Amino acid sequence: MRTKILVLLTVLMTMSFVLSACASAPTAAPKPTNTPVPAEPTATTAAAAAEPTATTATAAEPTKETKVEAGKFDWTVFSTEFKGKKVSASGPAVDQQAMLINKSFEEFEKYTGIEVDYEGTRDFETLVLVQSEGKAAPDLGYFAQPGLLKNMVKKSFVVDLSTFLDKEHLKKQYKQSWLDLAMMDGKVAGVWHNADVKSLVWYPVPEFEKAGYKVPQTWEEMIALSDKMVKDGNTPWCIGIESSGATGWVGTDWIEDIMLRTTSPENYDKWTNGQLKFESPEVKNAFQVMSKIWLNPDYVYGGTTAILTTPFGDSPTPLFDNPPKCFLHRQASFITNFFPKDAKVGTDVNYFYLPPIDAKYGKPVLGSGALVAMMNDRPEVREVMKWLTYGESGRVEAEAGVQIAPQNDASLDWYPPAQRGFAEILMNADTFRFDGSDLMPGAVGAGAFWTGMVDYVNGQGLDEILKSIDAAWPK
Amino acid sequence: MVHGSEKEQPHGPLEWIMANGGRFAISLFVPIVTFVVMWQVFIWLRDSHASKPIIAIVAIIWGVGGVALLFVVSNWVVEQLPMKWMKVLQPYVFVGPALAILAWYLAIPTVRSLILSFYDASGINFIGLDNYVFAFTDKAMLESFRNNILWMVVGTSLSVIFGLLIAVLADRSKFETIAKSLIFLPMAISFVGAGVIWRFVYFYKPPGQEQIGLLNAIVTAFGGQPLGWLTIRPWNNFLLIIILIWLQTGFAMVLLSAALKGVPGELMEAARIDGATEIQIFFWIIIPCIQGTIVTVSTTILIATLKIFDIVFVMTNGLYGTEVMASQQYKQMFKFQHFGRGSAVAIILLIAVIPVMIYNLKQFRQREA
Amino acid sequence: MGNANSLRQQRLISDILVNGGLFLLCFIWTVPTFGVFVSSFRTRDDISQTGWWTIFTNPATITTLNLENYNNVLTGKEYVYKSPSGDERREKGPNLSQSFMNSLTVVIPATVIPILIAAFAAYGFAWMRFPGRKMFFVMVVALLVVPLQIALIPVLRDYTKLGLNGTFLAIWLAHTGFGLPLATYLLFNYISQLPRDIIESAFIDGASHFTIFIRLILPLSTPALASFAIFQFLWVWNDLLVALVFLGSKPDVSVLQQQLQNLVGTKGQDWHLLTAGAFITMFVPLVVFFSLQRYFVRGLLAGSVKG
Repeated sequence: MRTKILVLLTVLMTMSFVLSACASAPTAAPKPTNTPVPAEPTATTAAAAAEPTATTATAAEPTKETKVEAGKFDWTVFSTEFKGKKVSASGPAVDQQAMLINKSFEEFEKYTGIEVDYEGTRDFETLVLVQSEGKAAPDLGYFAQPGLLKNMVKKSFVVDLSTFLDKEHLKKQYKQSWLDLAMMDGKVAGVWHNADVKSLVWYPVPEFEKAGYKVPQTWEEMIALSDKMVKDGNTPWCIGIESSGATGWVGTDWIEDIMLRTTSPENYDKWTNGQLKFESPEVKNAFQVMSKIWLNPDYVYGGTTAILTTPFGDSPTPLFDNPPKCFLHRQASFITNFFPKDAKVGTDVNYFYLPPIDAKYGKPVLGSGALVAMMNDRPEVREVMKWLTYGESGRVEAEAGVQIAPQNDASLDWYPPAQRGFAEILMNADTFRFDGSDLMPGAVGAGAFWTGMVDYVNGQGLDEILKSIDAAWPK
Repeated sequence: MVHGSEKEQPHGPLEWIMANGGRFAISLFVPIVTFVVMWQVFIWLRDSHASKPIIAIVAIIWGVGGVALLFVVSNWVVEQLPMKWMKVLQPYVFVGPALAILAWYLAIPTVRSLILSFYDASGINFIGLDNYVFAFTDKAMLESFRNNILWMVVGTSLSVIFGLLIAVLADRSKFETIAKSLIFLPMAISFVGAGVIWRFVYFYKPPGQEQIGLLNAIVTAFGGQPLGWLTIRPWNNFLLIIILIWLQTGFAMVLLSAALKGVPGELMEAARIDGATEIQIFFWIIIPCIQGTIVTVSTTILIATLKIFDIVFVMTNGLYGTEVMASQQYKQMFKFQHFGRGSAVAIILLIAVIPVMIYNLKQFRQREA
Repeated sequence: MGNANSLRQQRLISDILVNGGLFLLCFIWTVPTFGVFVSSFRTRDDISQTGWWTIFTNPATITTLNLENYNNVLTGKEYVYKSPSGDERREKGPNLSQSFMNSLTVVIPATVIPILIAAFAAYGFAWMRFPGRKMFFVMVVALLVVPLQIALIPVLRDYTKLGLNGTFLAIWLAHTGFGLPLATYLLFNYISQLPRDIIESAFIDGASHFTIFIRLILPLSTPALASFAIFQFLWVWNDLLVALVFLGSKPDVSVLQQQLQNLVGTKGQDWHLLTAGAFITMFVPLVVFFSLQRYFVRGLLAGSVKG
């Protein structure tokens, strides 16, 4: 180990000379002809992903192998000339997650001497907007809503990362769908830091098995299972969409998942960027598919009143009653935070992939995540951005089980068992699409769409609702 | 206080400076020294790594003392001037700092909002009155107008009535301190805390499950079906207004109670001896005596209801027909990032308060008379 | 004799009415808070499964009450995570002591400064003659309704230029600015109602405006000053947004409310900690309220307020 570090050090020295030569005037000339970032660490061992193929399912395998071979992350791609420089970061993750984000920078700080300070606040979306307008933005921002970031890009608050990050390197680190999501107004607006899988259905394992229920493989099977549950005198679903200032998002997630299963990914993209109207038959159909579950009083525990008034975090609680008051709950991976303290994922409660509706569209996955954007262009901030393109930067968080690292060179070995399953679902997805309401402009994605969901459950006419959502779309 | 300069009036500013050279120098010197000292402490505060409590204490002394010094020094400077100038300038020593800060923090941003309200979401393209047209045609906005009127009428009147009632009752009770503290308690709770508290009042759980919301627990105890209180139009508005009353009654009570203490006791005793009932005393003596305070309190709460935002945002997010103007303004500004529309709503709020302004101006004139 | 008896009886009845009515109102006002007070000693799972009144209907459950929530809020949460070598690590999250200091540093000047400035201004409006007086007063009333959100961006821009961002001075001034309309309005209404003859006689004695203000007006206005002090204190103490924008969220400056909100977790999963948090943060405002109570006493102005 010691000798290896020595070797690394010498390589590092030479590298830092090269880097310092290039990085001395990065702010003045944002687009140097030969990129200062050696995305391929040519001088050293084969560190990051071995093959640049960004194809879906296979990406994980080779990285795992190279990890084992290389053993250690190759630090020499970073410059050490910014010792003592400070970089500020801000995002919506707080509490334990904030601590882990700060921890995840520790190794990087040790090597480069750059001090990264992450501060979380749950009001990040409002704060970053005010700060950017007030010319006091943090260096880095963690955006969970690409729609918001898009607006920031439009206002030129965000640095285009393609000015210093190598395109080939990004292609190697991320799947194309992630890169596409990060492209805004022709700029690389940020790099993906973490991902959540949303297309999951949770069920109470012991009672589920005792009743002889089987995990459904198709939507039809799932409906048949629901009917069977009703026949057995059980209630299949638990749904709750209350979320104080964000009430309604649970519903939009359902619509998005159904959209991916009933129409093409291209249509989904058109829908999220406003080309496919809410009034179109595709979207209307998604609402109708959903309403077969949501508006069926036999299916949903407590009926529509419970849907509207139950806080989303409390809504899975009846799964854990004895006997369970409901058997199925569709929610993203983070819902485990809300489970009773003693509930174990795998034995007490487990999840299955929300099954496909139309075989034509394969097994699509809906997800969300956070995109790190750079708001102040300084050489040391560029170094940090570069670090964030490596899976290693999310390793601490992955090992703690709080997130999935979306980079190709992240290893499945890092995750605790439950989270490994999420990562696998993400890797095996035929289609991956991002939470649509987070992509839409705020007036729709955090406004009319949410309100529309609530009004729909509350009994208002579908056509009227879809029309008003379309009307809210900014011209 | 006698001003020496009054006696021999100098004939021009130059002569005056010649005659009062020393004083002039001092009156320049004192503010400059004050400023330099303040600035040095500020720099120290900004860069110091001294222990936290020390910094905190120095900061507090610096901040509070600095403002006090500002008044003392500027007043002192003005009092060095000839009587004529002093008379003109002294009012501005008193109101100047307040006006300057108000201008900086609120008045100029308001003007900026007025301008922005004629521009589109990006703030670049002039679109005339479009944002106002939107504000007066949008469904959610129209709903907000109706609800705000409800908030203003019901919320204000009940807060003031309860506040007055409690103040009067407490005034006659041995338990005054404890009673007032209990009513005041909600004010001390942050909005986030208040949200949690009322969540446990209106919480809904499906029938058959144990209710954890107080209202539904009472309803089911009497054999009724649990209700999703906050989703029932239009009554949910009143349920939200109750939260405001719960919070604002403490405010009204504190001010009205302070005013009650100013009602001359002899007057009430005299009325009692004359055989007036307590109710008569209340309406004939107490109310007229504290009328000014009632107007002040009502105005303040009225404006608070016009600006009401947190309660709605936390409890229902404006859904189920509970939207209000300030919540719309916040959403347009920070969630939908439409500064034009957000600004237009803010300006409409300002226009809505004109009657209140006129009424207060009338009062202002009356007091002058 | 009989007259005195019936008088005593009447007193008794009115005493019962007064105290009974007061008790009823206080009861209604306190029940929701009390419910959360009980909940603050219960676990998250208990809170979401049974009503807080369970401890009364089923006294056996009283043993489930515990101080865990308070412990978490006061001393910091314990985070458990896996280290790269595979062993479990535990780390204490931030506790409230630092942010408690920060909140005090913010709140004291942010309460006193606006009161001082507003009192001067209120006196100026009430007892001095100068051009533009009415217009400025109307401006103060109008600004009462201006939502502070519209001021955040322009003020932040100015602060950035002045290098004030993240300093305590920045937040004191901001709270002063946002609190001034109400302060000036409330204090004007009080000061302008002070008896004219007191002030005029002081003038005749040759006192200057400044002397009258310091020696006469300030002491006479104690109830108004005290009541506004309470409100401004509460507002600043419970503020989150203004502190976040102008002071930031770094541990060395972040205030109590921010810390508390962070405890709730990214997805709000630990909202039950807010129950304990609400009572912990309430403590200081209540102390302020009690200590200022004694300024609301009868007789300070007895017989001198005009009808």
